[in-house]
Amino acid sequence: MDAIAKATRQPIQMRGRSYVAFTFSPVVPIAGWLEELDATLARSPGFFQGKPVVIDLSAVDLSQPAIVHLVTSLEQRNIRVLGLEGVEASRVTTTMPPLLAGGRHCMLAQIEPKKPEAKPKPASLLIESKVRSGQSIISEGDVTVLGSVGSGAEIVAGGSIHVYGALRGRAMAGFNGNAAARIFCQKIEAELLAIDGYYKTAEEIDATLRNHPAQAWLEGNIMKITPLN
Amino acid sequence: MAKVLVVTSGKGGVGKTTSTAALGVALAQMGERVVVIDFDVGLRNLDLVMGAERRVVFDLINVVQGVAKLAQALIRDKRLENLWLLPASQTRDKDALTDDGVGRIIAELRTKFDWILCDSPAGIERGALLAMRYADEAVIVTNPEVSSVRDSDRIIGMLDSKTVKAERGERIEKHILITRYDSARAARGEMLSIDDILEILAAPLLGIIPESQDVLRASNVGSPVTLNNAASAPARAYTDAVRRLMGETITMTVPVERKGLMRRLLGRRAA
Repeated sequence: MDAIAKATRQPIQMRGRSYVAFTFSPVVPIAGWLEELDATLARSPGFFQGKPVVIDLSAVDLSQPAIVHLVTSLEQRNIRVLGLEGVEASRVTTTMPPLLAGGRHCMLAQIEPKKPEAKPKPASLLIESKVRSGQSIISEGDVTVLGSVGSGAEIVAGGSIHVYGALRGRAMAGFNGNAAARIFCQKIEAELLAIDGYYKTAEEIDATLRNHPAQAWLEGNIMKITPLN
Repeated sequence: MAKVLVVTSGKGGVGKTTSTAALGVALAQMGERVVVIDFDVGLRNLDLVMGAERRVVFDLINVVQGVAKLAQALIRDKRLENLWLLPASQTRDKDALTDDGVGRIIAELRTKFDWILCDSPAGIERGALLAMRYADEAVIVTNPEVSSVRDSDRIIGMLDSKTVKAERGERIEKHILITRYDSARAARGEMLSIDDILEILAAPLLGIIPESQDVLRASNVGSPVTLNNAASAPARAYTDAVRRLMGETITMTVPVERKGLMRRLLGRRAA
């Protein structure tokens, strides 16, 4: 049987592609320029770490050893030099980063971390029908279900969960760290209840509560489930 | 060495899940370390048949996606300590399964168990394909009906082409398990005969499970029939099937229901 196909030769694929990099334009004296750089790094350490950096040498006239010194000085500051620009090809040795040409200016994306905007309080969600097996309701705010929640269905809420029918599926309240969230239901037959990551499976829920109205809340890291009324 | 066994059929409703649970229990009863995996993502049932639905926290999809560790998702049976379940997710669909993820899980389970039973969903799509993908052996569940047999034939074709073993040029071992066999109807010629089925499918017979109320009763109380009523006809048939899987030679019989005396005396009303 000749099931194995012969390996065909794959030609190497080469394409041009342009990337965005930081460009440093050092000025003499280099020592002074490095001090300025250190001051910038002191304000935001690790700012250039892992970012591609190109050195534009067109404003200075550096000898070969001076270029080597500059590159190693940058490397000592955890800045990796991707390439050189604005210097004669004869001064660039094979151990130095390669000579680049044809760079164009572009805007660098805003790097300052944005202040998180005050989020509006998430709206609550009202579901008037039954939530069937396999359905998943996810909301940042409170979730109110007028019908039942079937076995194999799940309600995930940032806030509290209210079920006016039977809760036979899963209810996970306060999913983004809201330990004050609660779960209320008319008839508790839940497969799983969770508040802020603390959960109880059906087995761990007191059997005497089954089929009765109940609520669940967190007290420290203990989930309390008590009958309503 | 661990064996990965897929329980599959093509057609729905023939008894894949019931058979997976019953075979898993019978293997565990013989002292083997067994895990049963529900691949029916979105329509899970194995947890109910195994009586573990009240203990599901994490599932197969959580493990595939790296949300939970395998050890967190495995549920140990309360009655047999060497039997475990890896449940499916009910809120997701089969697209959430990835080839890589399933392969990783099966490889990890191979280091921990003797038998890995994969309960395949019906159909021939992604879920069924991934359930069989890494299998060493297959149990093809068939009812004695033309539609079921033709679907089984289709599934056998896929076992021979779409599994890792088949792609490597190896043979995947196949076993035919005939379920819902009604000897009275067979005697009247209302069902396909065993010989016809085996002739069409051209694979060895693993067992014949009689149609029985015990199976239905067992599924509804979340206890596989081999555990719920080990003396019943279907349970004995499943146990025999497992012993054949483990290499024993046992003569093939069609287990019959032991009817009560009154039923035997007054079973049929005369015309």
